[in-house]
Amino acid sequence: MKILSNWIREYVPGITASDRVLADDLTLRGIAVEGVFDLGAHGSVFEMDITTNRVDAMNHYGIAREAATIYGLELKPLKASLPTARPGARAFSVLIEEPKLCGRFTARVLRDVKIAPSSGVVAERFRLLEQKPIYNAVDASNYVLLGMGQPTHAFDLDKIEGGIVVRRARKGEKLRTLDGVERVLDADDLVVADEKKPLGIAGVMGGWDTMIAPETKNVLVEAAWFDPATVRRSSKRHLLHTDASHRFERGTDFNAPPVASALVSRIILEAGDKKENEAGAFIDGELVDVVIPEAIARTANRGAISFIMGEVRRMLGPTEDAEGITSAAAEGILTGLGCGLATNGPEQWSVTLPSWRLDLEREIDLVEEIARVYGYNRFRNTLPAFKGTVVELPWAEKEAAVRRTLLALGWNEAVLSSFCGAEDAARFAREPRSAVAIGNPLSEEAGMLRPSLLPGVLDMLALNISRDVEGAALFEMGTVFSGGPERVDERPSVAIGATGSAFVKDEVGFYDLKGAVEKLLDKFAARSVYFDRFPAASGLMPAWLHPGRGARAVLDGATMGWFGQLHPAEAERRKLKQTVWIGELWLDRLYKQALRQPVVEELSRYQPVRRDFSVTLPDGVLYAKVAAALEGLAIPELRSFESKEVLRDPKGKLVPAGHYSLLLRVVFQSHERTLREEEVQGWSQQVIAALEAEGGKLRG
Amino acid sequence: MQNDEIPPLSGWSEAELDQAFAAVALEVEDSAAALRSPEQFRLQWLGRKQGRLKAISDSWLKSAPADARKAIGQRFNTLKAEIERRLELADSASPHDALDAEAVDITLPGTQRKLGAEHPLIRTWNEIVSVFQRMGYSVGAGPEVETDYYNFESLNFPPGHPARDTQDTLVIAGQERKPLRDRLLMRTHTSPVQIRTMEQQPPPVRIVIPGKVHRNDAADATHYPIFHQVEGLCVDANITFGDLKGTLDFAMKAFFGSSVRTRFFPSFFPFTEPSADVQISCPFCGGSGCRKCKQSGWIELLGCGMVDPAVFGLVQGKQPGYDPKKVSGFAFGMGIDRIAMMKYGIGDIGLLYSGDLRFLEQFV
Repeated sequence: MKILSNWIREYVPGITASDRVLADDLTLRGIAVEGVFDLGAHGSVFEMDITTNRVDAMNHYGIAREAATIYGLELKPLKASLPTARPGARAFSVLIEEPKLCGRFTARVLRDVKIAPSSGVVAERFRLLEQKPIYNAVDASNYVLLGMGQPTHAFDLDKIEGGIVVRRARKGEKLRTLDGVERVLDADDLVVADEKKPLGIAGVMGGWDTMIAPETKNVLVEAAWFDPATVRRSSKRHLLHTDASHRFERGTDFNAPPVASALVSRIILEAGDKKENEAGAFIDGELVDVVIPEAIARTANRGAISFIMGEVRRMLGPTEDAEGITSAAAEGILTGLGCGLATNGPEQWSVTLPSWRLDLEREIDLVEEIARVYGYNRFRNTLPAFKGTVVELPWAEKEAAVRRTLLALGWNEAVLSSFCGAEDAARFAREPRSAVAIGNPLSEEAGMLRPSLLPGVLDMLALNISRDVEGAALFEMGTVFSGGPERVDERPSVAIGATGSAFVKDEVGFYDLKGAVEKLLDKFAARSVYFDRFPAASGLMPAWLHPGRGARAVLDGATMGWFGQLHPAEAERRKLKQTVWIGELWLDRLYKQALRQPVVEELSRYQPVRRDFSVTLPDGVLYAKVAAALEGLAIPELRSFESKEVLRDPKGKLVPAGHYSLLLRVVFQSHERTLREEEVQGWSQQVIAALEAEGGKLRG
Repeated sequence: MQNDEIPPLSGWSEAELDQAFAAVALEVEDSAAALRSPEQFRLQWLGRKQGRLKAISDSWLKSAPADARKAIGQRFNTLKAEIERRLELADSASPHDALDAEAVDITLPGTQRKLGAEHPLIRTWNEIVSVFQRMGYSVGAGPEVETDYYNFESLNFPPGHPARDTQDTLVIAGQERKPLRDRLLMRTHTSPVQIRTMEQQPPPVRIVIPGKVHRNDAADATHYPIFHQVEGLCVDANITFGDLKGTLDFAMKAFFGSSVRTRFFPSFFPFTEPSADVQISCPFCGGSGCRKCKQSGWIELLGCGMVDPAVFGLVQGKQPGYDPKKVSGFAFGMGIDRIAMMKYGIGDIGLLYSGDLRFLEQFV
């Protein structure tokens, strides 16, 4: 909203501050001036940003009132002297059928008006405010809105059939509004109508058929008070946000309509060059002012509230200035803003509230006004005393451990959208048909709450591949959603995704992923961890996972998640040409485990003995079987074993077809003594026998 | 120390010889220290043709009477042994040339073991939270899918209130049949957690709530349907607006550096009263004006205010301790995205949610 500094000064002639100082002083009081533009002799234009609660300050007079309060100056009263009305034959008829929705309606009839372009101060101020002029009768209404914030409307009286009725629209009733759009009205819309037809949506926009035109002769000026919620609903329903609706829906001044009506009428009457012997425009009859008494009680005549200075001190604290906020200062501020104060006792008052400030209702509202006008930056910065303890979220440490581990392993963290498309939601959900839909999504691709982090991770890998990176290793930790309209469950999850030469020169493979998963699981206390997979035909593998190159991670008997190569069909669907490795771990399950506490193993003082066994095994004998066989030996001194190399040769040259060669390193060590060669020999024979029992052949 | 002249012997008595040889020994020691390589040292003293030792011994022996020659010869042997000892020592202790030959090109880049990059949002999140933890704030959390009641009504946004317009909301499908207060939506701020916390715990309360929030906003350089907030709440007897100011002033100094100043402007939030917007003096230019603060010297960073008594009123049903006549409190909130963007010079909020490695890897 734009404001002219000179217009403000017209209402508060005593202001001596420059426009820039005035702008700063207003801003510090919450009447934010975002920009000041110099107009030379015409003062300045202020670009305002008024908070939604301060409808009273969305006009020149309201801002002038703030300035007057800040500087302790006098604010000129708003008044418009009108020529005496010619007595009308009978008063114009106004009927409010919905007294709850329309609290006040004023109508004034002007006859023999001249419709012409605006001139004088109206035209000049419109020019300075870059407001488009239309005709004097229309501009008058807009001018008064800018000046004092009360919306008004001018009708072509001769197009009105009979008197005014303020009623609810009939369902399906049609109205062409001023913007030329034909609108189908709803029974919840309040309309200003004549005896035959709706003339406008109350507080939102007037109708096309009764608008002022160059040939208009007689005008009806409307100024009213409409129920804010009703105006707001109509404005939203018809997607019609107007200057009028913006103000009505925030609550206008109940006492303003007669004043506004007079101001508008005066501008219309003054317009046009009067030719000699021409009678000129005149007011036909007195102002018709229909007031609903209950509405006065809710607005202009609200009950007084009690106000105690002690509350100011309790809420605000000490000021920089030793004197603090005195009773006199508080009184001055409240009076300036339009409150009426009656002393109830020492430092306490009974306060009546201004009709234009429906946002003021309670004592705390007055405390805020005092703080605001006194100046926020004049309160001393203090620190409250603290007794108590600082508590972490129960999963904070676990979350940090997961994040730290992945970062240390070279995975980069990403944060992604919470939404995904319906197809992805169906494909990646942990439980079938559990994805939650958004009612008003931003786009189809963001129509669902993500049931898994994997679609996001895949999109992100695709993006990076398209950017031609050599390799990518990314993870996201975030919330996944499931449930339905009744209830939505939120669970923490972590997903990883890698492709290309993400860590070293070699292409990422299954064991890079598995290694990361193992390291993550290893952070948590567990009695057992194992990995398994199921044949493609079993239907037990997730649809997105390559059944031969994917695995399930199981910790203490519970599935923690799946990982492996993206299913080729899914890769095809996503047009991913290069191999992509992904996995997701369900942190809600993992967080049920405690973090593993390191327990130090006693270090042996005796030398370990290493023995390497190179053995050829049939493909059907998985490493897990070999490991189980070695564990089955139960040799206490067999401290550890690991696979140093696995070799396969499809051509059968290096290793016979259908077989693989395994280089196994076994370490023997005792806590009590140096091992003797014969002992180690004996155990080695046992190891060989165990390997042979699995079909292994020792290589020469 | 180089002295090609051969010192003459002043006599042949034991004492005179001792003195002459002591001078030569001193010369040996000096030249050992002065010369760079053992080879140079060896050539200077033991060289077959130009060796100084030979020159001196030739000169002295030639001029000596026969009965003194034995004593001179013995002393030369001792001296030669000393020179050889030094040479041996030098050879074994400091093979300078050989090690230099093994030099590597230390200007080549080091082996780059890849570290994972911490996300700038998470990093900023943790930094903000830790500032408040040090001030006695516990961390709170709550659901991202909220009810209308917790997201709006309990925070004094009544149904149909214009303030709801400022927070365009994404709603869960299929809510039409429910009463408004029970309808599920994506939380538009982390403030609901303030209410949930107060409902569960009597005063005093000090919590800080970081989290992801959602708005029905089309994406542009500064808006995104997703963003992150940190909110805080402090409730106790006698908490004042001055405490709010002091707390945020302290926190901003802890976060941006002790020279940062704060200033407070009246604002409006339905759940606080009085409400304020907070600006900090630009931490980049110190307030003199730069691109980051749009030449104004100040950056708006926080919204805050004293908890509205109406909010306490709604909580009182579950926790009678929140009597607005007896306790007061303040709440504040800030955008993690905005702070991260400002701190790291990120021009487009979309980058934060892109997963683009070229962007993320800069935060290693």
